Amino acid sequence: MRRYRFRHSVLWRLLHHRLFVLGAILFGIIVIAAALAPLIAPLDPNKLSMRNKFQPPSWNYLFGTDNFGRSLWSRVIWGAQLSMFIGSAVVLINAVAGTAIGAAAGYFRRLDNMVMRINDALMAFPAVLLAIAVTAVLGPSVSDVIIALSIVYTPRTARIVRSSVVVLREMEYVQAARAAGAGDWRILSRHVLPNAMAPLLVQLSFLFAYAVLTEATLSFLGVGAVPPTPTWGNIMAEGRQYMTDAPWIITIPGAALMITVLGLNLLGDGLRDVLDPRLRIQQ
Amino acid sequence: MGSIIAQRLIGSIPILVIVSLITFAMIHLIPGDPATAIAGLSATSEQISNIRHDLGLDQPLLAQLGHWYLNLARGDLGRSLLLGQPVLEATMQRLPITLALSAYALALTLLLGLGSGIIAALKQNTFIDQCAMMFAMLGISLPNFYLGLLMIVVFAVHLGWLPTGGYVPLTEDPIGWLATSTMPAISLALLLTGLLARITRSTMLEVLRQDYIRTARAKGLSERKVVTKHALANALIPITTVIGIVISLLISGSVVTESLFSIPGIGQLLTQAVLNRDYPMVQGGLMITTTLLVLVNIGVDVCYALLDPRVRY
Amino acid sequence: MTLLAVDRLTTAFATETGQVTAIEDISFSIDRGEILGIVGESGSGKSVTALAIMGLLPMPPARILGGHIRFDGKDLLSLSDRAMQRLRGPGIAMVFQEPMTSLNPVFTIGDQIIETIRAHESLSQRQAFSRAVEMLEKVGIPSASARMQDYPHQLSGGQRQRVMLAIALVCRPRLLIADEPTTALDVTIQAQILDLLLDLRDEFGMAVIIITHNMGVIAETADRVLVTYAGRVVEQAPVDRLFDQPLHPYTRGLLACVPTLEQQQPRLQAIPGNLPEPARRPPGCRFSDRCSRAIPACQEAVPLLENFGDDHRAACFRIRESA
Repeated sequence: MRRYRFRHSVLWRLLHHRLFVLGAILFGIIVIAAALAPLIAPLDPNKLSMRNKFQPPSWNYLFGTDNFGRSLWSRVIWGAQLSMFIGSAVVLINAVAGTAIGAAAGYFRRLDNMVMRINDALMAFPAVLLAIAVTAVLGPSVSDVIIALSIVYTPRTARIVRSSVVVLREMEYVQAARAAGAGDWRILSRHVLPNAMAPLLVQLSFLFAYAVLTEATLSFLGVGAVPPTPTWGNIMAEGRQYMTDAPWIITIPGAALMITVLGLNLLGDGLRDVLDPRLRIQQ
Repeated sequence: MGSIIAQRLIGSIPILVIVSLITFAMIHLIPGDPATAIAGLSATSEQISNIRHDLGLDQPLLAQLGHWYLNLARGDLGRSLLLGQPVLEATMQRLPITLALSAYALALTLLLGLGSGIIAALKQNTFIDQCAMMFAMLGISLPNFYLGLLMIVVFAVHLGWLPTGGYVPLTEDPIGWLATSTMPAISLALLLTGLLARITRSTMLEVLRQDYIRTARAKGLSERKVVTKHALANALIPITTVIGIVISLLISGSVVTESLFSIPGIGQLLTQAVLNRDYPMVQGGLMITTTLLVLVNIGVDVCYALLDPRVRY
Repeated sequence: MTLLAVDRLTTAFATETGQVTAIEDISFSIDRGEILGIVGESGSGKSVTALAIMGLLPMPPARILGGHIRFDGKDLLSLSDRAMQRLRGPGIAMVFQEPMTSLNPVFTIGDQIIETIRAHESLSQRQAFSRAVEMLEKVGIPSASARMQDYPHQLSGGQRQRVMLAIALVCRPRLLIADEPTTALDVTIQAQILDLLLDLRDEFGMAVIIITHNMGVIAETADRVLVTYAGRVVEQAPVDRLFDQPLHPYTRGLLACVPTLEQQQPRLQAIPGNLPEPARRPPGCRFSDRCSRAIPACQEAVPLLENFGDDHRAACFRIRESA
């Protein structure tokens, strides 16, 4: 009996969805590399070694060195840790704030109009423009980048949660619960929100990707985390002048970025296919 | 039709009000004293209070708000600290450049994105479909500045086919414009093409499942007519809403693309403003760009109404 | 004069769990001007049969495993796509169950009727327009000329179904297939649409296949009846004979389900059990697990249609015994 229930449960279907698994592997590589940074990249990412500058990838320096002789391997791995940290922080804030705002707007009709107006106004700003403007206001640092990205992306998450809640609030089992005397809080937490989780999870997966990508863009532009902090964007920005002579300084962090985003996109697609194929159009 | 346009315009007023409020608030959200932040570390206290006075920061908040709106009404968005030019003027000078580049990228996106999405839907689950969707997936995963860098290395440096950067205005020299705009347009378009292809494919598949498509076939219409007339007319409706998002992403993407390819458009203008703490420029530029986007979205809404008779009647 | 002859038609669908037979060994014929009713529960294969005749089964998941469909002497299964498209409309036309979703929402109904005409006949726009208006009047749409500019969402369900009939009949088909044409409509509208159908048949002389699960509709409209169950034909007879002397236990069950005014029934009668899923049909006679007259032999072999006189056929081992 138990085996039958597992067989077609969500987890089983996810694990048998080829692209989901591929995405999980790709993203997993990055996550593990980030987590194991102190172990696998013991060389200080900021340690200069002018004698060794511009070394192409070799056994000594797996990813080569940059213009300051810093180990690119170390820089990229620690950059991975930073990207994972920023991505997770943004996703977490989105999950909490976005759900709270979206649920409140969707459930309490009086709040809906006002909250969604502010939401829509925030979404009217082009994402990257708003992000760089916020960093102009707050200054460049990792925590400020996290705040900027949260401000840009939380409205989108809130909108998705709100859409689900608006539909779920009219469902018959909610009306039945209300008729049985359940209070708003109970209805929200036990009946509405659990069913709004599917689109939210899909969105959070793609959101992680946007966060990592936008953060890289910000640091590439020079408005993100300040050098010498190694972020993939920073590394690529610094390596830009040496494109022709030492292309690995750009290609490797770029590839890492691409693998991360690709993995997350595949995860998001897989989640959507398994949790609700009907969502396909919304993305 | 006119009433729909009027409705949308009126409906956008609250949004624009909030947008202007947020933009106004930016300079006041700077931690610490805005004037000091603008003046920089080596400024004297006299310079700082001059800046404070010039920007009106020494007045009460509500008065500042009033001035802000008054000036907005007159078209005065302040003066760029970096360039010395009025913000509006500086923005308007560079706007056509960004628009031209965006138009180029949008054309590529529509052509390739719609085209591949439709073909993938018609050939669902075949090799062509899987290839197209694989490319689309790569497209949305490849960072646009990474692609830009790679293209510069390959096409400009190694092959020498195209210049590494810079800009030739369209009006001066169309060929030159094409040469300088092609790589930027492609790097901009890649993400959007992937996005559009995926959404077009799902929309087409959804539409082809509908009962009215079965009716069209039952009437004896050729398959080509069923697809190009019946299916497409319905699929374009949800796709139109995506175009609005695509345009917003175009502007977002042009920020880094213009920096990368040294194109003097709005993206580069605002990036420089941010890097140099040119707050009036940041505020004004953001305000103008967002307002334009809101208007563009109204245009998209109007197109939607044109395509879907259920909205009009 | 046989118009359509379906001979041992068998189709299957590819599903996640393997290939599943939808309909098996379906055979029947229909003459010019005749109304054949096909009745059975949802899932018995009625619509699949209709779509197979029209060539509208989606061919990747569906496959025709065997049998023939002959229309006016032509073998439909071997026709090219183009030839089949030419046949749909002037030869065979179909009306579907869901009037709410069967019309394209972004084109006017006028456009959709005219398009049908001009796909098969070379008429000018104006000529096609007046033909369309004429047709709309025949199906009972008032102010037909003005209605041509309406969009489907501006019409009611009953009106949309009338428009569907107009579209189907505008090229004067020789056979009309009506798949549950009234199921989605109110009872009063149902009666109107059925009357309309009969009037149109009288006027145009086409043969009609009417598919339904409602015995009342059959009684009202059909000349002959085909009873289907789980993808097979279980009984076939002229309508009066079917209602007077139902032979197959399933048909009897269906008729017993319909309450009458004369009897005093404390409970509604139902056939116990459910229609088996295509992948899980019982061996032998497919009705055997719900049949009150089943014996072990019923599960060993599939009963074939036997002739019981007067064009009355049924597929059951136990009929001869009780006779």
